[in-house]
Amino acid sequence: MQTLRASWFAFEKTWTWYRRNWRATAVSGFLTPVLFLVALGLGFGSQVQSTALIGGVPYLQYLAPALVVVTAVQGATFESTFPVMSQFMWQKSFIAMVATPITPAQVLYSQMMWIGSQLFLRAVVFVGIAFALGAAAGPGILLAIPVAALAGLAFGAPLVAYSATLEKPEAFNNIFRFVLMPMTLFTGAFFPVSQLPDWLLPVVWLTPAWHGIELARGLTFGTLNLLPALGHIAYLGALVGVGVVLGVRFFHRRLAV
Amino acid sequence: MSDLFVNVGRVDNLVEAKALTKHFGSFEAVRGIDVEVRRGEAFGFLGPNGAGKSSTMRMISCVSGRTGGELKVLGMDPGTEGPKIRARLGVVPQLDNLDTELTVRQNLQIYGRYFGMSRQRCREKAEELLEFAQLVDRADHEVEPLSGGMKRRLTIARSLVNDPELLLLDEPTTGLDPQARHLLWDRLFRLKQDGVTLIITTHYMDEAEQLCDRLVVMDGGRIAAEGSPSELISRYSTREVLELRFRPGAQKPDLERFAERVEVLPDRLLLYTQDGEATLQRVHEQGVQPVQSLVRRSSLEDVFLRLTGRTLVD
Repeated sequence: MQTLRASWFAFEKTWTWYRRNWRATAVSGFLTPVLFLVALGLGFGSQVQSTALIGGVPYLQYLAPALVVVTAVQGATFESTFPVMSQFMWQKSFIAMVATPITPAQVLYSQMMWIGSQLFLRAVVFVGIAFALGAAAGPGILLAIPVAALAGLAFGAPLVAYSATLEKPEAFNNIFRFVLMPMTLFTGAFFPVSQLPDWLLPVVWLTPAWHGIELARGLTFGTLNLLPALGHIAYLGALVGVGVVLGVRFFHRRLAV
Repeated sequence: MSDLFVNVGRVDNLVEAKALTKHFGSFEAVRGIDVEVRRGEAFGFLGPNGAGKSSTMRMISCVSGRTGGELKVLGMDPGTEGPKIRARLGVVPQLDNLDTELTVRQNLQIYGRYFGMSRQRCREKAEELLEFAQLVDRADHEVEPLSGGMKRRLTIARSLVNDPELLLLDEPTTGLDPQARHLLWDRLFRLKQDGVTLIITTHYMDEAEQLCDRLVVMDGGRIAAEGSPSELISRYSTREVLELRFRPGAQKPDLERFAERVEVLPDRLLLYTQDGEATLQRVHEQGVQPVQSLVRRSSLEDVFLRLTGRTLVD
């Protein structure tokens, strides 16, 4: 209880910052879904023949729930890298916090709360726009919101832990290029993964994006069975758990020296 | 009988360290120091960069664990009661870590929240501290464009948000111009008068002399001497110092016989003596012609030179 309270106070700082600077993030939070849905869903999608493989639904609607997840994973990647490093090294706000009764673990929790709330907010905006553009197949897509936040955290939590070990930001560019980029393109958002060579599938199954997309799409179209659904949730939950455990350890190592 | 209860939770030594050590891998930053800081005093750690001052401060501020020895802060063990102790400390770090994209007022309010203070209390306290830091007219400005001195004052004001019993200042005036330093010292004097216990690290001897009731000289992770500034000066130095400057590269004359002690620095000689003018007179009578001569009072710089054979600021 004490821990939650202290983490909340640390969260308030970022919230105060956000209240001053929300306009900048709001533009990208609004523009990203619009651009993606218009260009890929309406534009590119107009040239795509619907097949049984994508459930016989219009491409725009096929795309929408997966894009909610993919943009959450992208958002999580950005929130879990430079801002985390900055608060250790440039802004040093984490260092200011641990001079107070707040502990390194509570700093980590507050950071995860912040990232989670950001992802949730962005997913809400995305789904709202999807409804406005006719990209929502039905009310089931509302469930893509918590799924997107969970999938984003499943990638973000281990990444926050990793960021806490770095002294220089160069490694981030490699993550953006060699992890985030392929994870965006090849985990089933734009075409079914069954089109990929078989040997690649095990790699796809490791990504939080694939599990999130399977969940979001299955919930939107009502095609999901209970057991696989629980499996996806368990895997994503486990990644969040591992990330938080490592994060607590690395934050302590970084801040309590 | 009632005194007994008044003193519960109130200790007279706010910091007690015995044989305290701190290692980073194979590097020994602090090599066994004994320190006591009494309630109400201003205590200093004086030493050059790398002497172990900051490592000691981080252990006292309950951020960094100790490697060995004993440490009690406010009568408690930082290893097990860190958050409880930190709730009663104020910390001014060596490098400012203000939230530069927030306003001056928001910085104070947010920091109060870290201590679990109510929003109402944070608002009131922020107004009071804006006054103290002489930043009332900047209250709603962002921190980023403020001058170094203003940021420093805000950092100190922020550290007072929880009415700390013990205030830790790590190199509080490093990098500030003389005017900003004096303004800051003035604020610290006020705190001292209000009964706040101060611990200050510095490599400026004038700062240590101005602010500290008692100090330790640190070098290489150890304590080289302890006492009040005037005690240290009278114990390790003479009343006055005669400084003689010679042409670069010129052979410096042997003047041992004119002073109690002579220090040879690259560009000058320091003659330690009770009466500088008289010594200068005698040196002149011997036909020694320095380019420049200066008589001054002994300072902690001389104490440090005596103890370590090196100057404080290179």
